[in-house]
Amino acid sequence: MNIFIWICLIIIFLSMLGTLVRVFKGPSTPDRLIALDGIGVMLISIIALLSIAFDTIFFIDVILLIAIMSFIGTVSFSKFIEKGAIIDRDTRR
Amino acid sequence: MILVANIIIALFILVGVFFTVVTVVGILRLPDVYTRAHAASKSATLGVLGILIGVFLHFWWIKGHFSIQLLLGSVFLFITSPVGGHLMSRAAYMSGVKPTDLTVGDDLGEAIGEQKSHEEE
Repeated sequence: MNIFIWICLIIIFLSMLGTLVRVFKGPSTPDRLIALDGIGVMLISIIALLSIAFDTIFFIDVILLIAIMSFIGTVSFSKFIEKGAIIDRDTRR
Repeated sequence: MILVANIIIALFILVGVFFTVVTVVGILRLPDVYTRAHAASKSATLGVLGILIGVFLHFWWIKGHFSIQLLLGSVFLFITSPVGGHLMSRAAYMSGVKPTDLTVGDDLGEAIGEQKSHEEE
């Protein structure tokens, strides 16, 4: 079971590296933003599998923190790309 | 009994790893920012849900610890990841990224044109 968990961890780590290629190579800024959001989701999977591999329950609290931070980052970055400002007084979209 | 539990947990984790690999193939191979956003948000959500359910069942059945943080995290990701994908593709459209030549329909462009003509009247 432990060898299976480590093989899954290596596969997810390699897919994180593949997503990083799109971060460096992406032709436009939303491409890079999408790839960074995917990296955040894969980091959550890696932490969940590491908590099995190291046999501890204390890594699980980190999952909620990274999920909330990744969502806030995605929303603020897409607002910045769409309007050029994050906080403004314009009520129309 | 432990063996059956391990097989079920390994099946959930395998489904999660498979959808993570599908995410990477979609992000690297698709031709357009909108199709890449589609691949990233949908299959990344399914992948992380499979892995989180597998880890939750492992801590529940093997270790005897009912972890409510994992359930809360999977529900939060299930809600917020498609919302994030929609926001990113909408921001890409508003900032003027052109879709690929294979695209056959553009409903959002027509809706934005109608709204601008209403505002000018």
